Amino acid sequence: MSNAARAKEPVAVVGVGQTKHVAARRDVSIAGLVREAAQRALEDAELTWADIDAVVIGKAPDFFEGVMMPELYLADALGAVGKPMLRVHTAGSVGGSTALVATNLVAARVHRTVLTLAFEKQSESNAMWGLSLPVPFQQPLLAGAGGFFAPHVRAYMRRTGAPDAIGSLVAYKDRRNALKNPYAHLHEHDLTLEKVQSSPMLWDPIRYSETCPSSDGACAMVLTDRAGAARAPRPPAWVHGGAMRSEPTLFAGKDFVSPQAGKDCAADVYRQAGITDPRRQIDAVEMYVPFSWYEPMWLENLGFAAEGEGWKLTESGVTELGGDLPVNPSGGVLSTNPIGASGMIRFAEAALQVRGQAGDHQVDGARRALGHAYGGGAQFFAMWLVGSEAPAG
Amino acid sequence: MSEPARGPVRDVAIVAFGQSEHVPDSAETSEVEMLMPVLHDVLARTGLKARDIDFTCSGSSDYLAGRAFSFTMALDGVGAWPPISESHVEMDGAWALYEAWVKILTGEADTALVYAYGKSSPGDLREVLTRQLDPYYVAPLWPDSVALAALQAQALIDAGHTDARELATIGAHRRGRPDAAPGRQVVGPLRTGDCPPVVDGAAAVVLAAGDTARRLADRPAWIRGLDHRIEAHALGVRDLTDSPSTRLAAEHAGAFDAPVDVAELHAPFTSQEVVLRRALRLDAPGSTVRINPSGGALAANPVMAAGLIRLGEAAAAVQRGDADRALAHATSGPCLQQNLVAVLEGER
Repeated sequence: MSNAARAKEPVAVVGVGQTKHVAARRDVSIAGLVREAAQRALEDAELTWADIDAVVIGKAPDFFEGVMMPELYLADALGAVGKPMLRVHTAGSVGGSTALVATNLVAARVHRTVLTLAFEKQSESNAMWGLSLPVPFQQPLLAGAGGFFAPHVRAYMRRTGAPDAIGSLVAYKDRRNALKNPYAHLHEHDLTLEKVQSSPMLWDPIRYSETCPSSDGACAMVLTDRAGAARAPRPPAWVHGGAMRSEPTLFAGKDFVSPQAGKDCAADVYRQAGITDPRRQIDAVEMYVPFSWYEPMWLENLGFAAEGEGWKLTESGVTELGGDLPVNPSGGVLSTNPIGASGMIRFAEAALQVRGQAGDHQVDGARRALGHAYGGGAQFFAMWLVGSEAPAG
Repeated sequence: MSEPARGPVRDVAIVAFGQSEHVPDSAETSEVEMLMPVLHDVLARTGLKARDIDFTCSGSSDYLAGRAFSFTMALDGVGAWPPISESHVEMDGAWALYEAWVKILTGEADTALVYAYGKSSPGDLREVLTRQLDPYYVAPLWPDSVALAALQAQALIDAGHTDARELATIGAHRRGRPDAAPGRQVVGPLRTGDCPPVVDGAAAVVLAAGDTARRLADRPAWIRGLDHRIEAHALGVRDLTDSPSTRLAAEHAGAFDAPVDVAELHAPFTSQEVVLRRALRLDAPGSTVRINPSGGALAANPVMAAGLIRLGEAAAAVQRGDADRALAHATSGPCLQQNLVAVLEGER
């Protein structure tokens, strides 16, 4: 090669900002919502709008707000005028993909400091019906995502023989974790395991309390290079690996319970980060669990448990905040779901953990954390692994 | 801006380009059916199979397709099995090419497949594009894309930068009919000859790095610079007779370092070509640049693909040996709000 690529520039997260996620932010416009998160990320990094070289924004389908390509209208609110602005859309994984596109801009030395942000303002529209548009000659997606995923949860239960109560344990854990996270949407102080288990059945076997809420919210991060990290006022989170993988929606032989794209994506991230034993080497996981049962399913898909064994980690308390592999200490998607932002919140919460900035839901001594997002018909995956130490080399 | 201008860290080239026929109404073909022959075409030109591609990136719009996650249908057609490294922008395919270029610059990929498609025929494009506007203050008024372009054209005429005769000449030349009449008035001062034909279409490009590019193409079109910039959204705070974002992107892409032989400008309206030529200084005395030999967006404007097609046409001109140095431009948003500029060169 005439000029072989130099080693990638190390990338650091030096600012994280979120809005308080709620069902409806009627007090702000879409622009007001995204600016609030971006401003908080800048304040965390002690930077100003002038320090940002480019903006990478992501969100799920434009029908969720009823605005086509809203980044055009948001250029002013995000201080992007005169700068490059990219808009990513990869279904539910988009928050993660957006962060990875921004990471690459720094890693490739195209820019030094990049603002990345993802949002959804679901109250502007109705996401469930936005997902249920009838398309001629296409299999209907049923009413919302729950109808699509419930059969795959049932398949997991049949395949592994997991007890019926596992899903409720995940929901009860995540909703209690959310009580320690001031930005989480749901703060159900009087929730009990019995209440989760007796909540209405929505899409058998998924109950109401095992389902993600609809949220308005935004999440932003400031990513920068090694020199930028050296100037950061608080400890940075270093990106040790990041990857995206996609596979078709439907095809003969597709494994909806443990999609190959998810396995491949995790393997790529672990290879980049030098992870050989994820269960031992990773201290905290923020995974995309929109329906409770996806925690044990992803524990297997991501290599934290052998096939058929994921539910045992959940059942034995390993994934609790005080367990040896805390999963979704922030409360996760089950407690907060501004769809397009949900993936970026996972990435940002992983960064907060290794920065030691997660507050009451901090995992003691977290040095490596995984952020995970998925979308579409369990077919789009985006993940990153962040660490408290700069990557070697 | 805090950062110094820096050149790309790796040589990346466009090694193949293909596009569909662009038709006014493709009711009998789906997006996937429109796209598949184009993908097969560009892969055949390089001898690559889908599984040889390191990274895939596409650009399209759910609002044109009328359904959420519309890009997943196209992905099924691409054949993402075994799973592929893939991404999508809700932007013109030119920005998908940008994302793929950055991915190759990181060293994580040596080859990339970029594609874009748009079917405008199922809806009323002028009305659909109003949904791009500020949802609180502008979109409720439904000002359509032609009306906004007409405001821009009138501002240009009022500033003395062009007149109806020059606009008519641009429209006629881009469509290869120099004697054609400018047509009826659509929204004054724009006539049918000033406006893009509403068509459905798809396009694809293959990118490759260094020696891989030399192996896949006789004469790769090397990306010497690539940059994009956005302006404010509110038309009231912009000078519609100028395109500072195009000029800034061109500066960062190194477009002004040397003259170009060919410029492919994504100007859906004749008046916007005038704005872009001024911003890119293409009308300088003694200039020999050929502007839009492909006909540009005035000849075919498949929304979401038309910008990528400008990059593809400029690359094809380099690959054919018609140009040693070419400029390609893509735009998005009302009245040229967002602009991308690439500089492509053949091996000298």
